[in-house]
Amino acid sequence: MDFLGGINPVILIATLMASAVPILMAALGETVVERAGVLNLGVEGMMVIGALGGFIVAVETGSPVLGFIGGAAAGAALSLIFALLTQVFLANQVATGLALTLFGLGVSSLGGQGYNGIKPPATGQLLPDALADLPVVGPIVFGHDWMVYFSIAMTAVLWWVLKSTRIGLIIRAVGESHEAAHALGYKVNRIRLMCIAFGGAMAGMGGAYVSLVRVPQWVDGITAGAGWIALAIVVFASWRPWRVLIGAYLFGGITVLQLNLQVAGSGIPVEYLSMAPYLITILVLVIMSAGRRGKANGAPAALGQNFHASR
Amino acid sequence: MKRRNLLATAAMGLTLAFGGAAFAQGMDKVKACFVYVGPIGDGGWTFQHHEGALAVQKEFGDKVEIQWQENVPEGADAERVLTQMALGGCNIIFTTSFGYMDPTNAVAAKFPDVKFEHATGFKREHPNVTTYNARFYEGRAVQGHIAGKMTKSNKIGYIGSFPIPEVIMGINSYYLHAKKVNPNVELSVVWAFTWFDPAKEADAAKALIDQGVDVIASHTDSTAPLAEAAKTNGAVIGFGQASDMAEYKDGPRVSSIIDNWAPYYVKRVGALLDGTYAQQDAWEGIAGGEVEIGEITDKVPADVKAEAEALRDAIAAGTYHPFTGPINKQDGSPWLAEGATAPDGDLLGMNFYVEGIVGDIPQ
Repeated sequence: MDFLGGINPVILIATLMASAVPILMAALGETVVERAGVLNLGVEGMMVIGALGGFIVAVETGSPVLGFIGGAAAGAALSLIFALLTQVFLANQVATGLALTLFGLGVSSLGGQGYNGIKPPATGQLLPDALADLPVVGPIVFGHDWMVYFSIAMTAVLWWVLKSTRIGLIIRAVGESHEAAHALGYKVNRIRLMCIAFGGAMAGMGGAYVSLVRVPQWVDGITAGAGWIALAIVVFASWRPWRVLIGAYLFGGITVLQLNLQVAGSGIPVEYLSMAPYLITILVLVIMSAGRRGKANGAPAALGQNFHASR
Repeated sequence: MKRRNLLATAAMGLTLAFGGAAFAQGMDKVKACFVYVGPIGDGGWTFQHHEGALAVQKEFGDKVEIQWQENVPEGADAERVLTQMALGGCNIIFTTSFGYMDPTNAVAAKFPDVKFEHATGFKREHPNVTTYNARFYEGRAVQGHIAGKMTKSNKIGYIGSFPIPEVIMGINSYYLHAKKVNPNVELSVVWAFTWFDPAKEADAAKALIDQGVDVIASHTDSTAPLAEAAKTNGAVIGFGQASDMAEYKDGPRVSSIIDNWAPYYVKRVGALLDGTYAQQDAWEGIAGGEVEIGEITDKVPADVKAEAEALRDAIAAGTYHPFTGPINKQDGSPWLAEGATAPDGDLLGMNFYVEGIVGDIPQ
């Protein structure tokens, strides 16, 4: 089962599926937000506040599931500040989003005082050992915690909702042309507000996965830039859920692979290995979107523009 | 790294240290400022520097005002922060990460009246720049001894941050002392290329564990590698890095290296207050109290613990140097002859692995 001198591909795939969850969750949320025409650059802030919120709830209640719900609530609560500023007061989305990240990092640092060095309750694997111990498919398909399955399910659900449902159509209409959507009688700002809250909840859950599962502890700035990667993946994935999944898995996978290659002592210089996740993810996603020129890259036409009914 | 340059810089620094005793006036009140590369809550490197800063405040009370900034990126941004601090009335600025080396010297040129103290670097281009460091490799020797004795798979791991002399020194010392007690030991090094990214540090630890490593030493700033080792239910052990990380005592942490900056910071700020301040190149180790070995837990058998403590005490007493020849470089060429100890200049510019370590150092 070994290739490249000691790296087990089964363990590698199983690891990458878990390590991609935070980025995947945040990127899926941001996909919906941007499909509704809102550019929220505060993903990093919402993730880190979700990481703290989830951690605190899980530690205080002893339940990791409640922790994830707490993380979602914390992320959504922070995103509502963004929604208030951009949808009600019509503030600039780019500036507000950046401020949200700084605010989230600061608030989480303050709120996290006293939570350093505590271990959260463990999130175990979902399915019984009998399944997880099967060769090959065991670790890859059955051996995960519930968040891994949840993140994949969310990809499918969002794909279906955006593509085939009335809600998805409305969200896309708002994102493509808010004037037209408004003329049809849709409450543009209210729809956007709900999308923003959803994006915040997803980012918060992604953040909670970092503090509850991947690095089961709280330290300041624990997400360390994952939110920015998620933002980039949304763009390079052309705002499509399945491509977001591919992007997140590619990034997570190559990150894990490059570390494994280092351990295995491959001859590839470490500098190249270190930049590989960024390079290859961008490259693959760009090539995938290069096919259709005319429709450009699929960016929602009203992305980043505020809407006021009086116009 | 060109060693000749390094020696020249070191020599220059020495000359300046002796020739530049220009700051011979005491001060009534000192504003001491600290620049941190990570958050204080990292539980490791930055946390310990901040403990040192707080000790300064406690020691001198209202004669000292302290100020600090967290999460300052290494590079151009650091220059802006340093300039702001210098303009804001700081009398002495401690820059606490290797990557602040050039910004520190650049800003020091513009503010000759402000004292700059750069941790872990070697450039003292101006009379107001002092460098200070701790001999962490002494602690790594103790860890290497424990690692060599404790490993069952004969695979030990090291999570490196950046390929700088300080980290390479640690890797070499760790490996040499593991090898000494366990000739079959193999070392895997993973470069994380970050000082602080808990998720990545955890991934690096996981990669090591997945490939059979059962003792992990880390040279990054957070507790994430220990948290990852804790998931293995005792199969993998590790060490606290920079801070004691005592919360993992009942888990994988069997010992630790504790950076104790407080005595140094108190001494330097005190020197500025009473007018005895002079430029220097400080490099203390276990003997000077800057490097402490955290409690070795009961997971380590009593005889190994006793040996490790004896090693620690021998280093502290100066009877043993962790780099004592014969030691060859990785390519087999001799470095230290039988009985010779490594000169500080060699260590500060260390850019090679010792014989037996597999892999290349990223350039």
